[in-house]
Amino acid sequence: MTDAAPLTTADGRPLKASLASAQARSRRRAFLLVLPLLLFILVTFVVPIGQMLFRSVHNDAFSANMPNLVAWFAENPAGTDPDEAAFAALAADLLLARENRTAGQIGTRVNYDLSGSRSLFTSGARSANRYEAPFREALLDKDEDWGDPQLWQVMRSASSAYTGSFYLAAVDATRDETGAITWAAENRQIYIDLFVRTLLLSALITFLTFLLGYPIAHLLATLPLRYSNLLMIFVLLPFWTSLLVRTTSWIVLLQQQGVVNSTLVATGIIDDGNRLSMIYNQAGTIIAMTHILLPFMVLPLYSVMRPIPPSYVRAARSLGASSWKAFRAVYFPLTVPGIAAGGLLVFILAVGYYITPALVGGASGQLISNLIAYHMTTSLNWSLAAALASILLGLVLLLYWLYDRLIGIDNLKLG
Amino acid sequence: MRKTLILTTALAGFAIPATAQELTVMSWGGAYEVSQVEAYNKPFEAEMGISVNMVAADNPATPIKAQVEAGNVSVDVADVEYSDAIRLCDEGLLEVIDTSILPAAPDGTPAEDDFIEGALTDCAVANIVWSTVMAYNTENVEGTPDSIDDFFNLTDFPGQRGLRKGAKANLEMALMADGVPAAEVYDMLETDEGVDRAFAKLDTIKDSVVWWEAGAQPPQLLADGEVVMSTAYNGRIFNAAIGEGQPFEIVWDGQILDFDLFVIPKGAPNKEEALQYIAFATDTQRLADQASWISYGPARLSSGPLVGLYQDGETAMGPHMPTAEANLENALVNNFEFWADRDVELNERFNSWLASN
Repeated sequence: MTDAAPLTTADGRPLKASLASAQARSRRRAFLLVLPLLLFILVTFVVPIGQMLFRSVHNDAFSANMPNLVAWFAENPAGTDPDEAAFAALAADLLLARENRTAGQIGTRVNYDLSGSRSLFTSGARSANRYEAPFREALLDKDEDWGDPQLWQVMRSASSAYTGSFYLAAVDATRDETGAITWAAENRQIYIDLFVRTLLLSALITFLTFLLGYPIAHLLATLPLRYSNLLMIFVLLPFWTSLLVRTTSWIVLLQQQGVVNSTLVATGIIDDGNRLSMIYNQAGTIIAMTHILLPFMVLPLYSVMRPIPPSYVRAARSLGASSWKAFRAVYFPLTVPGIAAGGLLVFILAVGYYITPALVGGASGQLISNLIAYHMTTSLNWSLAAALASILLGLVLLLYWLYDRLIGIDNLKLG
Repeated sequence: MRKTLILTTALAGFAIPATAQELTVMSWGGAYEVSQVEAYNKPFEAEMGISVNMVAADNPATPIKAQVEAGNVSVDVADVEYSDAIRLCDEGLLEVIDTSILPAAPDGTPAEDDFIEGALTDCAVANIVWSTVMAYNTENVEGTPDSIDDFFNLTDFPGQRGLRKGAKANLEMALMADGVPAAEVYDMLETDEGVDRAFAKLDTIKDSVVWWEAGAQPPQLLADGEVVMSTAYNGRIFNAAIGEGQPFEIVWDGQILDFDLFVIPKGAPNKEEALQYIAFATDTQRLADQASWISYGPARLSSGPLVGLYQDGETAMGPHMPTAEANLENALVNNFEFWADRDVELNERFNSWLASN
């Protein structure tokens, strides 16, 4: 027995190989178990977000429907003035658009980058069967806007299906006739203000939920269990109630003829002509969202506060700390992970909140998500909606990164 | 037993698609929808054996555009405004409707001549003439507002105002209230100065406006006292005032007339039945019947004389129609071409105006 015989199983296979195959089998089984979840995430999360990102840089409404002009742009470098051949291509494409009924789509695409140009295409296509050579004169005769250098610049950029112009539009910028990036006209600027408003209001709402939620969580954590369980129900009951019900009950309470105003009038605090407007404006959004998001602050705080032994604060007190000092130096630092978790949760939820501002926000309480929804469902400018959503996603990720650098994600405690 | 169950279920599963005659019609909800169900759908179901499923939208043009672009059309017939019918047709999102399928008037006048001018287009068949009017709650307003200026007069008529959230109709009303005659409104809106002027006028009441989106909202807002005056679809105010006894009055000055038209979204699942429905619903008698449920004018000339009393059996519909002589003194007919072309950009401007403080 000089050579150590390799260990084998009963059927003579080497033990190592047999073990490896058994492990591979169990790994496969484990993988099969998580496969449904993986597919679910892929189908419902990765694919739609990928599509959204793709849509924000891709729009072929112009390039797919104006083949002749696209060919002309490809042959002639940027900066070439449109010649007769270009106008002939345009006239041919307008005729094509008339036959295929695509003028509306083309015009809409160009209108995204140059407001007011949609009608040029729809009315241009309606009379497309009447254009005759020389096409330059014929089209300029129909509408002199066809000679606008900015229009040609926009059509050139739209002749590629891939474009960054939706991102420009999403930050209130546009390109002038030379292709340089400038701000959009003052009365069309909207998105930067809305992004800023969304972030500021979300920060304010997060702060308010903290102010209101901290004492509640503390009370819940320090009361004996039988009382705190009862109180917990009061926190959770609204949490389990439909979002719409909670939002509409705020309408009932806060509207001008609502419960709060009527009570104030009845008690003589305000007179009938000066009813407070607390809803359909920013105040409505802040009040309703603070209420709705409150549980997301209370629950993480509670889960962090509950295990803190009361003896810590008592020890600090017995060593001579004032009650404020004991709170500041001992209790509060222990609750920071809960504040961080609650704050992050509330803030990120608030940034993307849609239904509550839509119902109670009026005009001044709208957030960026309402504009995203508007472009998704009403104006159907899906590319712009996708660009706005991508920017919002980017902002949230940026804030998350900042948070990680400043506070550290390890400090987060959700329960 | 279990086998029979499975078998019958399977058979039923096969049977339903084969015999089910179901049509989905998208309209505007509320009192208007009721009038269509009563006047069109019930007789259609009884006569054709095709059941009609009514769905409501704030403005059906939006969902059907989304459906066609997403390639997932569930609506067979939709009821849309004039400019939207033209715009959607331009964009190739609607089926073309051959008007020869429409029945002639009882006296033999062909449909082409029987419909009001403009009521038939490539892709759409009008059923009613309606208007956007200003209405107020008499219990909450002191004095009698009688012109469109009064809508913008917060000094004499204090209180909140209701306006539809969107550019259409609001810009025209603002200009008319600013003293522009109805005939010049659209020429003025073609220019940037005109649009600026309309927004400047809207600025004067912006802080007092509650924005509504669904046609059923203005009567509700007026009844709740949430607004003292509102723009609204005239038929909704009529039904709330006459039908439900609400203290509402309509000011016809500055009303904006428009058609509502039936269209078939491209790729509708039951196109044949949809055509049958449109032909049935827009015949002379059906249009006249509808006018006895809500105060919208029929789009056929031959329906006019057949319009009688409201459902209460005593109110004559004639004077409540937007097309009644007395109501037309300072009326504007919606310029569909203007809105078909400018809807997108003016709504963009409207949104940034709305969001700015």
